[in-house]
Amino acid sequence: MAPDGRSAAGGEGLHRPPENPAEAAPQPAPAPLAARPIVEARGIHKHFGHLHVLRGVDLVVAERELVFVIGPSGSGKSTLLRCLNRLEEPSAGIITVDGIDMLDRRTDINAARQRIGMVFQSFNLYPHMTALGNVALALRKVQGKPRAEAAERARAALARVDLGDRADHYPGQLSGGQQQRVAIARAIALEPRVMLFDEPTSALDPELVGGVLQAMRELRKDGMTMVVVSHEMAFAKAAADRVVFIADGLIVEQGPPAAIFGSPQHERTRAFIGQIARH
Amino acid sequence: MSNWDRFLNSFFNARVAWDYLPKIADGFVLTVVLALCVIATGLAAGLALAVVRALGVRPLNWLIIFVVDLFRALPPLVIIALLYFGLPAAGLSLSGFAATWLSLSCVLMAFSEEIFWAGITATPKGQWEAARSTGLGFLATLGWVVLPQAVRMVIPPLTNRTIAITKGTALGSVVAVSEILGAAQAGVSFSFNPTPLTLGAAAYVVLFVPVVILGRWIETRFAWKR
Repeated sequence: MAPDGRSAAGGEGLHRPPENPAEAAPQPAPAPLAARPIVEARGIHKHFGHLHVLRGVDLVVAERELVFVIGPSGSGKSTLLRCLNRLEEPSAGIITVDGIDMLDRRTDINAARQRIGMVFQSFNLYPHMTALGNVALALRKVQGKPRAEAAERARAALARVDLGDRADHYPGQLSGGQQQRVAIARAIALEPRVMLFDEPTSALDPELVGGVLQAMRELRKDGMTMVVVSHEMAFAKAAADRVVFIADGLIVEQGPPAAIFGSPQHERTRAFIGQIARH
Repeated sequence: MSNWDRFLNSFFNARVAWDYLPKIADGFVLTVVLALCVIATGLAAGLALAVVRALGVRPLNWLIIFVVDLFRALPPLVIIALLYFGLPAAGLSLSGFAATWLSLSCVLMAFSEEIFWAGITATPKGQWEAARSTGLGFLATLGWVVLPQAVRMVIPPLTNRTIAITKGTALGSVVAVSEILGAAQAGVSFSFNPTPLTLGAAAYVVLFVPVVILGRWIETRFAWKR
């Protein structure tokens, strides 16, 4: 059975950014547990034909929490992430994001998705638009902002990922790392309540990973709630509140990074951590 | 008279050319008008069908595929003849111009639907997902993200097919449309000299070489920066 997401979120694992003096108190306050969950997924199943990819997953993410999801390829971790904003339709389960029932037919899914930013492994920038155009599109066409205001917000978002000077470049004129940062800007420009990262650095050359992780660190500092599917162990150790290990469509183990990477309890987890540690 | 002289007299007879130049010019204008009408309605209808097909409503898609396959299979001349000679039997008669315009539009619609559809399916799935994840709806995603890329991708086959079908305006001569070929054939009948056909060929070159060049320009113009 998958351990309950909430309990394993654990007070001691959920540290806040140290800049916040109120939260820098010496010992873990119980407050994080009481924090309102932004993402609440219960009993998620997903079938692809005969494949049973998710077999009853519970994932609860508290406000300002950074959850890392790791697991072998084909374990269902990306599918889980894609279920959260309903890019993938779960076969069964309940998903609530920021209080909105994502699976209710009456939910305006396009409105709900603006609260959930998503960053993809392959960036998926629109190649026919400049960086600015990529970021401004949803501001204009979804949120209905006038051109000038959308452009201004888009520039601000690009500046946040340190690409203020690349606004007029087309994706093809940017490096992979820059493209991924534009993709992050595209998501955060909508001021989402939670950000989903689906292997954001897997398609990048090693020297370009740093810039993307830096942008994610900045988001983290600003208190963004984040769910990250990735194997960037060093980043997870430094920044994650909780690491969730998924295998064969189930959460096998979860806890603070130090515990999961340092002393995994399950054989599956040990084997997996051992494998990725060798890289 | 040598063979060469006879050849020149037949195909490059200055007097006949001068006499029939105005008729060919009229035919030229009519061809241009007919071609523009066919391109406008054919491409618009093809794009509309592709968009409807992207909605993914099964029965609707079967219907679209059936219609498209039908018009791709039928020779354009057969469609023109059916509309022009067949419809009056059903109490509805079309002018030669209307029959040609409608027929070629249907053919261009069918081929361009397939081409647009190919472009839509060739646009990476990630583009849909990225746009949808920012809250764009289906049609907004199609219109702002997918179609601009799909259309760029298919501009070369689209211009080729458009040119090929537009040249089918010559088939209008069969149903009494005095476009370039019709005017030239009439000229041949009246003058007993094939020079008007030479003029007609020249008119087609004058008309379509710029179109081919325009197509090439569009291809480069709409290639995005890499």
